Amino acid sequence: MIAAALVIVDDGMGNLFNLQRAFERLDIEAKVATDPGQVERAGAIVLPGVGAFDTAIHTLRDCGLVPVIRRAAVSGIPVLGICLGMQLLATESNEGGNFPGLDLIPGAVRRLRSPDEQTSNFKVPQMGWNEIYSDVDASRGDTILDEIPDETKFYFLHSYVVDLENRSDLLARCRYGRDEFPAVVQRENVFGCQFHPERSGAMGLKLLRNFAALIKRKDIR
Amino acid sequence: MTSSVRIIVRLEVKGPNLVKGLCFDGFRVLGHPETFASIYDDDGADEFLYVDTVASLYQRSPQFDVIRRIAAKTTVPLTVAGGIRSIEDIHSVLRAGADKVAINTAALATPDFLKVASGRFGSQCIAVSIEAHQNSNGQYECWTNFGRQKSGVDVFEWAERVVNLGAGEIIVSAVHNDGLGVGFDVELTRRIATASPVPVVASCGAGSPEHFRDVIVKGKADAVAAAAIFHYQAAKPVDRMWMSYDGAQLRNGDPADSGNIEFLNCGYGGIRELDVKPTSVGDVKRYLAAHGLPVRISADAVRIQACP
Repeated sequence: MIAAALVIVDDGMGNLFNLQRAFERLDIEAKVATDPGQVERAGAIVLPGVGAFDTAIHTLRDCGLVPVIRRAAVSGIPVLGICLGMQLLATESNEGGNFPGLDLIPGAVRRLRSPDEQTSNFKVPQMGWNEIYSDVDASRGDTILDEIPDETKFYFLHSYVVDLENRSDLLARCRYGRDEFPAVVQRENVFGCQFHPERSGAMGLKLLRNFAALIKRKDIR
Repeated sequence: MTSSVRIIVRLEVKGPNLVKGLCFDGFRVLGHPETFASIYDDDGADEFLYVDTVASLYQRSPQFDVIRRIAAKTTVPLTVAGGIRSIEDIHSVLRAGADKVAINTAALATPDFLKVASGRFGSQCIAVSIEAHQNSNGQYECWTNFGRQKSGVDVFEWAERVVNLGAGEIIVSAVHNDGLGVGFDVELTRRIATASPVPVVASCGAGSPEHFRDVIVKGKADAVAAAAIFHYQAAKPVDRMWMSYDGAQLRNGDPADSGNIEFLNCGYGGIRELDVKPTSVGDVKRYLAAHGLPVRISADAVRIQACP
């Protein structure tokens, strides 16, 4: 077991069982927590997310988790946002109104562009396996995409995407219909993936293992 | 560029057992769902659709322990259907390992339930399952309680309405083709899929890889779900190539038998033969890929050996 506790933030909505089970398969201890004290002591934070942006950010705020997650991220603790969790890392969202996010990755959340006449077979939500196009060298050795071949398919389940302010935060893109959007992002120690690595077969587990490896490195330091 | 067409394995469950019937009736026990699910996961299944065949009928809660066991053995998304009646039910099945839920009976009884559920969990988490039955004058009617009751509701009107209520996916099961291997109801699928702004899953009737191709190309299905064609392959006795029942020992799972075990061999309701050609998930996907359709061929998938 990797000693540093990896904490999965419980948003009260999601499929945390599968995320926890995925880390278990990798022999990585992952605790589920809503208590700010526990999240504060985490060696790494995973922010899952199912549901609507405003409900999720309100839940985090009501539990007193917004400042805790922000402080942890600024202090260098690795943070991984998954699906809605990645969107929560952005500056703001226009899903069902206008709501501020955690503002750890500058960007705005918007709805997937609806299909036009030529691409009428593209439905929203996007539900299914789609390729990601990497913008980094997979052999670089310090990203969560290490040893994941370009154009690997992951499982997407979403209606909203993040528009990044800085292209330098982009690790990989996904294309759907006439839309192109970030699939994997990184800003220093803060990561996000729009797909669900915990339900994306072996390559999804690989990505989670890469994230866990970053914790380990941090512990040695 | 495009999302792959999902090949979904449908796991119909009664109690702790995986079952398969004909036209939503006459269940035959095949073994344990988690054992089958694990084989399909290794073979590249894109998703699972778990269907509790009796939860709605008996007003029972979903079986969280069975869901948990399946989720633990699989690495791809799991949709849970059958007996989802409340926000609390959705919450609990998500906790047990579901990634999405599919709702039929409760939605037809209380359509606003879909609105509340999708508002809370997001449309991507709420699928609507339609048990479409074609009656003798050609009309399609929604059935409920796993094909036990008629609702009087027109399938196409309902399919349009559920999207407005927040459903993020529509699973269309053609009750009249279920288990027979006669092919999907392509026209039914096409009418719903071309009108729907959300993904549509075609289900019931798969008997060969060609049937998958038909319902994707002609039926415009975004995903395809099948059961018997995969189960009869995975359940084949290890010492022979055909499927027959001759004792309580099944290949997958402990002796776990109950219910009707005769109809597959002896005919059922006037149906003397099934057209199902048992095929593995991987072989269906390789067939589709060879015909230029976008499918995910898992690099780490292992071929299922029918006779190891």
